[in-house]
Amino acid sequence: MMPMAAIVALAALTYAFRFTGPLLRGRVTVPAAAERLFADAATILLIALAATAALTAGHGFAGWARPAGVLVAGVLAARRAPFPVVVLAAAAVTALLRLAGVP
Amino acid sequence: MRTLWRTSLPALPRDAALLRDIGLVGLADGIVGVSFGAAAVAGGLPWWVPVALSVLVFAGGSQIAAVGVVLAGGSPFAAVAAGAVLNTRLFPYGLAVADVVTSEYGPVRRWLIRVIGSHLITDEAVAFALRQDGRSRRRTAFWTCGVALFAIWNVSVLLGVALGAALHDTNAFGLDSTFPAVMLALALPTLTSRSVKAAAGTGAVIAVALTPLLPAGLPLLAALGGLGTRWRGWPGMWRRLSRLWRGGREQDDRHPRDDGQRRDIAWRDGDGDGGDGGAANDDEMTVGGRR
Repeated sequence: MMPMAAIVALAALTYAFRFTGPLLRGRVTVPAAAERLFADAATILLIALAATAALTAGHGFAGWARPAGVLVAGVLAARRAPFPVVVLAAAAVTALLRLAGVP
Repeated sequence: MRTLWRTSLPALPRDAALLRDIGLVGLADGIVGVSFGAAAVAGGLPWWVPVALSVLVFAGGSQIAAVGVVLAGGSPFAAVAAGAVLNTRLFPYGLAVADVVTSEYGPVRRWLIRVIGSHLITDEAVAFALRQDGRSRRRTAFWTCGVALFAIWNVSVLLGVALGAALHDTNAFGLDSTFPAVMLALALPTLTSRSVKAAAGTGAVIAVALTPLLPAGLPLLAALGGLGTRWRGWPGMWRRLSRLWRGGREQDDRHPRDDGQRRDIAWRDGDGDGGDGGAANDDEMTVGGRR
């Protein structure tokens, strides 16, 4: 379930984060420590999201095909492959493994 | 209105490399948008959920996170919380591009540009803008990328919704692995320092370990506990705060034992000067007002 109210709430929060910067233009300085904290928190969430989305489905293990595709994508991304290549490689590896019978 | 667009939406950039790069990123985002729309609908959500998210939130990572939480059985509250935490980074982004999300031609235009431009702030648009030198080139890059991605993202999500409704089994095409792949590709370049790597690794382990135990969405928020790995900086911060607290009365009362720990302070600062109370100002950096 994703009610419209939840979508609007996320949209409002997101817009508030976006709008505050231009609104405060030149009138505020962000301590470097706080900025590092924002950046690190975002990185942690992205990596944790990648890990849980790659490895789990519901409360259990997602099977091998998906993490294998994500692993290939990760290696390509670390080698600075173009973004579309990374995304398509993930889907292709996972789809081929499933075609071969890997869950 | 015509003046608004003329002054703030610049002509196509002459720089072909910039256009090509924006095109490549647009292509990637398009693929992600299609898989987002398809996966959301195939997972059982009504078609308007991914569409409304894309128009109103317009932040891919948080949309995917929110829908992922809901599809995994989490509550809408957990979905909104996960998406919102991911989007806090948009605040420093807004400061960084504040000089191109404004107009010198009166308050009405300035507010219009701010209101519209703020919504176009994304990882990609900010990255392209900050890579340019000179304000007009930054402005061109930001608005070209922002407008292009908004169009591409929403059209591709619509396409994905249609595809998802037609296909039903999007897993056969491996579309479910595009989400984590994108997250990984976005996050890898930011894993620069050892402390971030440790924090992110810890967070990922926490999230995966808690997934079988907690309601969906909460393990992701618990991953922020990975920030605790940064504790090594605390002694230095405390020492400096207490030194500030004591003010000028005891200018320099460092004990010999402090010398062994100065390396730590210097490491946090990024410069060699970790000693006097005045060094606290080095920790502040102006993000806005870039020229």
